[in-house]
Order: sequence, then C-alpha cells, then structure tokens
Amino acid sequence: MEGTFEPEIIVFACHYCAYAAADLAGSMRLQYPSNIRMIKLPCTGKLEVIHLLRAIEAGADGVYAAGCLEGECHYLKGNLWARKRVNHVKDLLAEMGIEPERVEMYNMSSAEGAKFAAAATEFTQRIKELGPNPVKREGVSPHAAAREALGGVAMPDEPLASAAAIVEEGHAE
Amino acid sequence: MITAERKPLDEILELVGDKKKILVAGCDTCVAICLTGGEKEAEILASELRILAEKDGRAVEVEHTAAIRQCEWEYLDMIADKVAAADVVLSMACGIGIQSLAEKFAPKLVMPAVNTNMLGMPQEHAVWLERCVACGECRIGLTGGICPVVRCSKSLMNGPCGGSHDGLCEVTGPEKEEIECAWALIWERLKAQGREELMFTDRPPKDWSKSSSGGPRKMVREEAKPV
Amino acid sequence: MTATEYKAGSNLEKVLASGAFAVTGECGPPKSADGSVIEAKAKLLKGYVDAVNITDNQTAVVRVCSMASGYVAQQNGVEAIMQMTCRDRNRLAMQADILGASTLGIKNILCLTGDHMSFGNHPQAKGVHDLDAINLIKMYKDMRDEKKFQCGDEMTVAPELYIGCAENPFADPFELRALRLRKKIEAGADFIQTQCIFNIPKFKQWMQEVRALGLHKEVKILAGITPIKGAGMANYMKKFVPGMDVPQEIIDRISGQEKGAPQQAEGKKLAVEMIKELAEVEGVAGVHIMAVEWEVAVPEIVEAAGLLPRPAVA
Repeated sequence: MEGTFEPEIIVFACHYCAYAAADLAGSMRLQYPSNIRMIKLPCTGKLEVIHLLRAIEAGADGVYAAGCLEGECHYLKGNLWARKRVNHVKDLLAEMGIEPERVEMYNMSSAEGAKFAAAATEFTQRIKELGPNPVKREGVSPHAAAREALGGVAMPDEPLASAAAIVEEGHAE
Repeated sequence: MITAERKPLDEILELVGDKKKILVAGCDTCVAICLTGGEKEAEILASELRILAEKDGRAVEVEHTAAIRQCEWEYLDMIADKVAAADVVLSMACGIGIQSLAEKFAPKLVMPAVNTNMLGMPQEHAVWLERCVACGECRIGLTGGICPVVRCSKSLMNGPCGGSHDGLCEVTGPEKEEIECAWALIWERLKAQGREELMFTDRPPKDWSKSSSGGPRKMVREEAKPV
Repeated sequence: MTATEYKAGSNLEKVLASGAFAVTGECGPPKSADGSVIEAKAKLLKGYVDAVNITDNQTAVVRVCSMASGYVAQQNGVEAIMQMTCRDRNRLAMQADILGASTLGIKNILCLTGDHMSFGNHPQAKGVHDLDAINLIKMYKDMRDEKKFQCGDEMTVAPELYIGCAENPFADPFELRALRLRKKIEAGADFIQTQCIFNIPKFKQWMQEVRALGLHKEVKILAGITPIKGAGMANYMKKFVPGMDVPQEIIDRISGQEKGAPQQAEGKKLAVEMIKELAEVEGVAGVHIMAVEWEVAVPEIVEAAGLLPRPAVA
C-alpha cells in the first residue's frame, strides 16, 4: 500500500504564520512532501467545523490547520478557537467510525520554516499509515470543495518561494 | 430559552432507516442560539450523513435547510418544497418545532435529530443552566426570585433538606458537576432582601394540575384573537 | 394521661409521654420477597427497643415496602415506625398507604423527603416529589385531627397516627436548622429522629438553639446513634454519605484498634458512651439506634447503656 498511496492533504494555513513559514521553508530549501495543498486564511479562527468536514466529504485523506503559536495569534485567540473546532471534528469523525487522526492542529511562527516542513512530513506519514479516506468521489477535488465551503474567507493563493520547485525535484542538496 | 442537544449519530441513523432522500431541517431561533440545531448545525449533520453514506457505499441524497422558526406555520411554508421532495425530514428544532413540522406536513415522516432538554439561561457563552419547568404556578415571588421547583433536586417547597452542605446539593449532576443548593441560595437572597420570615411561612402543596400533570395545556387570549 | 388523650396510643408515644427515655431501632427490609429476614430482625430487637423504624426503599434502593415489613415486624412483637418518602409516591398513594397501614395496625409514621434517586439502584426513575416532607406531615395531621383528605374531602374513620420526621442538625445552612424544625412542628410533627450524631459538640450547639426556641417542649427529640462497625465504615460515611459529620478523632479512635472484633467492640463502646452523654442533654427524649446491617449489636448496646428493661406502658 505504502509507496503507491499518495494522500491528498488539505492545509488551512494562517496568513500570519504558517503560510509565511511555508514560504520560508522554501527559501531554506527544506524538503517536505508534495501531498499537501494549502489554503490561506486570514486567521485559523475563521475555520469552522463544516470547512473541515467538507474537505473530508470531498475525499481529502487528511486535513490540518496550521496557526500561530498559542498566545501569539494576531487576533488574540483565533488559533485557540481553531484547536477546539479541530478537536470537535475529531469527535465527529470518531462517531462516524473514521480515524480522528485524519484531522489535526499545528502551531508555528512565521520564522519556523523547519517546523512547517516537519509538520507536513509528519502528517503525511501519518496519513500514509492510515491509508485512504474511506470517502472517495471520482472527479471531486477536496481542495476545490474546501475553498468553495470557505467562500470569501479563503485568501488568494500566492506563489511560495521556490518550495514547489524543490519539492517537485524531490531531492534538494 | 429552549435548549436542546443533538442525538448520537447512531440513533439518528436508526431513525432515518433506509430512506434515500433526507432533508435536515434546522431552526434558526432557540436551537440556533444554543448552537445545536440552527442552519450551521444542520449543514454539519447533512455533511456527516453524506460522509457516512459514502463510506458505507449507500446512495442517499442529503440536503439541509432551516426555517426561521419551525414552530410557526408561516415560516414552515418557506421550506415546504424541500420537505415535499424528501423521504424523511430530520428536524433539529425543539420538540415544539419538530411537532409543528410533522403536523404541517403530515403524514410526512419527520424525525427528531435532537433531544430538547430544558428552559435554560445562558450563564456564559456555551453554558446553559435550567431555570424553569413551566409548572404553571410560579412561586418565585416567595423565594427571592429563585425557583425551588427546578433548582432543588427534590423540588422542595419548605426549605433545604438534610443533604445541603456548604451551599451545595447532595446530588451531583450527570457529569458529576456540583449543584448549588437552591434553598441555601434562597435563604441568602431572602436575608439580603430583609424578608427572612418568608422562609418560615408554610407553603402548601403545589397545584400540579397547572403543570403537565393536568394534561396538555392550552392558552387562549380571546382579546388578541383575529376578528 | 388517659388513653383517649393519646394521638395514636402507640407504644412509642406512650413511652415518650411517660417521660421515660425512649429507644428506637431500625430495620432495613430485604431486597427480595423474603419475609423471614424481617421476622428475624424483629425477633432480635424485641424487648430491646420501644419501636423500630422500617425503612422505605432506603438510599433509593428497592426493598420490601415499609408497610408490609412494618406489619411483619408488628406480628413478631416489635412496634413499627413506618417510613414514608415523598420520592416514590404522590399524594394519592401517600394517603392510600397511610389508610392501609392504619388498617393493619401501624400507628407510627416517619415523614421523609427521601434520598435522591441518583443514589440508588434505579437512577433513571422519575422522582415524584409531589409534596415535600413538611406538606406530608401537615397532610397526615389533617387526616388524623380534621378527618380530612388533602383535597378537603372528609372521611368517616381517621387514621390514628403518631407523626414523626427526621432532622439533620449537621446540614447547612446551620442557622436555619432549628428554625426549620419549628416549621416541621408547626406542620404537625410529634417526634423527630435526628441524623446519626458523631459530632456531639455541634449537636449540643443545635440543641441549645432548639431549647432557645422552646421546641424541645413541643416535640420529642430522639438523638440518632449509629454504632461504627469498623474504620472502613467510618471513613465511608465521612466521605460519601450526604449530610454526615464524622470528626477525625472518632475515625482515629476506631482505627486505633485491630480490624475485626476489636474495632467492633470499640464501635459498640463508643455508641454506649455517646448514648450516655446524649441522655444528659436537656431536651433529648430518647435515642434512635441505626445499626445499619448490624442489628445484632443493638441488644448489647442498649443493655450496656443501662436502658433495660424497656418500660411496659400498657
């Protein structure tokens, strides 16, 4: 299974920290799996239960939110709310008989490029071990579904510093 | 306000059975304010039902909607088309809303997705405390504005039982949370009001015929009925 | 006092009226349809107590009902004090049962709110609580004295009742306890039995308030005693039994003995000492010995406390 299964992972990343950390990871030429697809939010506090569920419903194998370090949210407590909502979705998944580990909350600062890469690597590995989401729909894009669910909350994608290129090469340094 | 809690998913699934077209109907009044059955929560439940169906390989169509108030005929008209198209409606309204929906669209199958649990006061964000049981014979004028019928675990009318200790009831709540002794609260309030003597006046048995023990109640305001 | 002046003419009422120091015991009916258990407990206590409480689904656990058990106890030579909780019956059942009990010759009744359902073996039961204990006392008094049902309807033959209730001197708010006792007396209580006493100084403080209100002259007060069978039981009561005040020195005293017979002996000794001390308190008209599942200890304690023979008050 492992080796052939490449999970689709949606990351809800805060504009102030994780998104910038991803950019930094790229600049630092750190490797992380290409399985993650990011959606930028003004704050993880804007993330609601339904957004996470919509991604799962559309077939995402894993979903995580990446917000600021606790105590350092630009909007004070947005990341704490996000953690509570992620935990609630874990409960809902468990009730549905789906592994709660498919959703997670990570915290990092904009200066922690390495932490961003480590989170992406750790989570991708976790989902590879879990296997595919039992909910799979032909022709449905989890990324597009999650973006649609977010509506105007999601911010436009920006090209990240050379990260994509490095990841695609697969072996920097 | 009326509060409710969502039923466990397994119970909801059992109520839905093998029906193919499911409408999850929220209510945007009381149950929305208590974060249980508004449009948002209806959308979440609908998503969960779709995820489960997909996971288990069942073909179902799940839609969601919400009425501004499920307990009023006029607002139900606004969701009539969606109800008509469904095999079963999962209502997330309080017991009043669920029954209004069921009556309005009878014999449409209408199932409760929540358990209506109390007339509660929002003590703080996301915490509700029971404050009234609609007993039909309010006596809080004699008890310092604190209802012993609902706040005393034994509905005592004549002061604290022997289980009152340090201001707490001998009974603990379902989650093992501590319950304040209503009569200790009443005593403090009456003292603060300088009306201690009310504590020692005999309170005759309550007239439960004015509560649900008297059969389903009906209220008519003749002066307000349309001419 | 002539027979006609008694409210019910029960043995307990007569003993208390005579001014003798009364002794009551307690019998918990079995959790099965086994009348022989009640018979055995009654025979054990016969001659050692003036009357015995028959509990009513105590701690909200289902047992043989107090009316049937009380009848069996009386058939076996011990007068019953039938307990009646507001938890399990509405006003119809409470009146019907007291008429029934009366026709079976039961005269002493103890009016209780009842332990909450959540403590028992049917925590999902609906608690009735149609009346509270004070409403109940008043209802029985009106049945006895006015020949009236709670609704006001009249009856031809009133039940002869000696009406009691419980009081916990150790519950909070403490300042309310004596005042609330007055409310029970005004409702119609003839006697009260207190919660088990371990904290004697606090009990004396409460009695002082009771005397200051003159209540000891209006009601017969029986002080509650529970002999401690072992240190485990003492700790359990301190920690888990609502409304129980068990001072640490009592626990230490029992724990100071070897487990088993030595601790039991110390428990009985302590009970005897406490009875003697409580008997000296002005306004205490008797003791109520609640030997929970340890009824065999009662005769020995009563004898050691110098309370034998029990008065004959025909």
